[in-house]
Amino acid sequence: MAQTKAKYLTIEEGFFAAFLFVLAFACVIIAGKTYDQVMAFHTSIGALFAAVGAFVIFKNYFNDGGIEIPQEIGGKPNYNLGPIKFGAWAAVFWGVAGFTVGLIIALQLAYPVLNFDLPWTNFGRLRPLHTSAVIFAFGGNVLLASSFYVVQRTCRARMPGRIAPWFVILGYNAFIVIAGTGYLLGATQSKEYAEPEWYADLWLTIVWVVYLFVFMGTLWKRKEPHIYVANWFYLAFIVTIAMLHIFNNLTIPVSVFGTKSYILWAGVQDAMVQWWYGHNAVGFFLTAGFLAIMYYFIPKRADRPVYSYRLSIVHFWALIFLYIWAGPHHLHYTALPQWASTLGATFSIMLWMPSWGGMINGLMTLSGAWDKLRTDPVLRMMVVSVAFYGMSTFEGPLMSLRSVNSLSHYTDWTIGHVHSGALGWVGYISFGALYCLIPWLWNKRQVYSLKLVNWHFWISTIGIVLYICAMWVSGIMQGLMWRAYDRLGFLEYSFIETVEAMHPFYVIRALGGALFVIGSLIMAYNLYMTVRYGEAEEAETASGEALAPAE
Amino acid sequence: MSLWKKHEIFEKKSFVLLVGIVIVIAIGGLVEIVPLFYLKSTIEKVEGMRPYTPLELAGRNVYIREGCYLCHSQMIRPMRDEIERYGHFSLAAESMYDHPFQWGSKRTGPDLARVGGKYSDEWHHDHLVDPRSVVPESIMPGYPFLTGERVEDREIAAHLEANVVAGVPYTEEQIKNARLDLRAQADPEGDDVDAFLERYPNAIVRDFDGNPGEVTEMDALIAYLQMLGTLVDFSIYDDKANLR
Repeated sequence: MAQTKAKYLTIEEGFFAAFLFVLAFACVIIAGKTYDQVMAFHTSIGALFAAVGAFVIFKNYFNDGGIEIPQEIGGKPNYNLGPIKFGAWAAVFWGVAGFTVGLIIALQLAYPVLNFDLPWTNFGRLRPLHTSAVIFAFGGNVLLASSFYVVQRTCRARMPGRIAPWFVILGYNAFIVIAGTGYLLGATQSKEYAEPEWYADLWLTIVWVVYLFVFMGTLWKRKEPHIYVANWFYLAFIVTIAMLHIFNNLTIPVSVFGTKSYILWAGVQDAMVQWWYGHNAVGFFLTAGFLAIMYYFIPKRADRPVYSYRLSIVHFWALIFLYIWAGPHHLHYTALPQWASTLGATFSIMLWMPSWGGMINGLMTLSGAWDKLRTDPVLRMMVVSVAFYGMSTFEGPLMSLRSVNSLSHYTDWTIGHVHSGALGWVGYISFGALYCLIPWLWNKRQVYSLKLVNWHFWISTIGIVLYICAMWVSGIMQGLMWRAYDRLGFLEYSFIETVEAMHPFYVIRALGGALFVIGSLIMAYNLYMTVRYGEAEEAETASGEALAPAE
Repeated sequence: MSLWKKHEIFEKKSFVLLVGIVIVIAIGGLVEIVPLFYLKSTIEKVEGMRPYTPLELAGRNVYIREGCYLCHSQMIRPMRDEIERYGHFSLAAESMYDHPFQWGSKRTGPDLARVGGKYSDEWHHDHLVDPRSVVPESIMPGYPFLTGERVEDREIAAHLEANVVAGVPYTEEQIKNARLDLRAQADPEGDDVDAFLERYPNAIVRDFDGNPGEVTEMDALIAYLQMLGTLVDFSIYDDKANLR
């Protein structure tokens, strides 16, 4: 590699350096002028991160003098793995953190004394921390890392840009830090799963646009004629999340020196926009993105082609078209007009088909390889995840029906439903992907211990079962108690009696959560040992091959 | 076969795939959201609705900050048990000035859409400081720190202005006197009460937290809770006009 040294920074490096420099400067000014302490804290973090980022860009330039990174080495694409490695470990860290916070708030509901009556430890502030940590920090890092890996591999091309991929993964995690600390300090716009305030939203928008460019850029550079099916799902996820994020967070800041803002929408319109966002955070963040993971990692691990190519086409377009409509089923019997919530429910029922299409396509990919379930706990984890996907996408449309929803809405049934999807589907497919990805990234033959994967699988499966069953019972029971009448025609239970009745189930739920946390700790240990002591892979083999297109 | 062949354009041209996705995902939202901005039942005005007073708005911001919406809904559904338990079902107009809405999605605690006037200020104060002192089985966190915290009112006028941009009809006079009004509402003995009541007819003026010395976040939060669901007078409300 006898490259000449570049005289100047590349345009990309210069652009990011200048941007980060300006950002750091702006943050310092705001930090100096504001008397909102949260804003001062966040802009200080922002200034620090941005300044370090600009510094690192220059440092790297002076260290290597701007040597161009080869696109291929020895005829093979020189994949950019650094940001993926970071994302994979960030996912492990945030996963364990997010599950632990979930356990804490589960215990708070069973034993309220654990709120400690302090501002930054009460349930109301920790709950968004939990949801954001597991959805956006854990899930988001899994999606970012896996999408960068999958898109490079299936396109046989290195991601474009030297700074951009790092900017995406580090910028995204900076967003997580800002959002999470903001909740604890009381900065929230109170829109569920979109709680971060205006400045964090703005920052995420910038990061996301760069993400889209990196992803599209890799597709443009591809050596394969076809765009692999997993990439369709990733692309739909990236584009749709951008649209939802922007419209749901249109907000009027009180001033640039404060954290507080007022959402542009009001009342009914805001409710509709929020659940259009909220349900599609499920549909596109937690479904489309993780289906992409399914479409790459399951065939890869099972060493079988995707079951049906045509099914993947049909269920892809049907899924993304139908999901967007489903939001208003969160608003049955509210002040939202009935036609809108009924429309949402109708499309939710129709969603059964593409959801199960995806499940069938994932499960049937194993045809001819079912025996591997006995010997490979990683594959088993991913297959069980697809089964959970099938189950929760069956339960979801059921709960979207008006009559069922009148009972289930506002109760723990919803919480149980969400967790069968989140712990079972999203959690397990992510764990499976991490168990595959980390050995691949560090050139190890296999995870450190398949036995520990087995332990992880069984402990957390018992945890999930306890969790879901407890929530089914408490949810349906509470719903029935609220509407129970005695013989004389009076409401049978006061509200607080229904709260009291929940207690045993909240304890069981916390126990289930604790098992899930223990499982994730086993995983973290196992993955650490894989990187540290795992047996080295001799040469690049299995994971380097292109996937066989399904037929 | 030919149809499947046609799909190749999406698999070979990334930009076509991108545009295809954008079109497909845009339709549902457009159909469901856009009509809500001009349908009668969703934009109708109901007598009695007024924007929040500065103190109520500050209290609402405390409510949001502490995540109350995560356990308390503010949306009574038109079912017999809910109407008997909480009161008249919620109207679209009752949240027309809510940026953002606080309907919630979970009732770990009871609905609060019409909690205004159901309990005394003292009850709310004691309940917020130590919920189990008044409801022994309660699992709500305590918020004793609200009593010592002065309401941040330096920028309250700017808060009203931001609401105006979002469509809330605060008058210039209301914006100009926002800070004065915020204090006047918690100080029934003060000189500014009459002017305040002229700007916000029917608002409640009381020393909500029982501490006349300063206007605390506890004052603000109780002021907000005590007005929830009280603006529309249902004895004269014509529900046939707003059928849904």
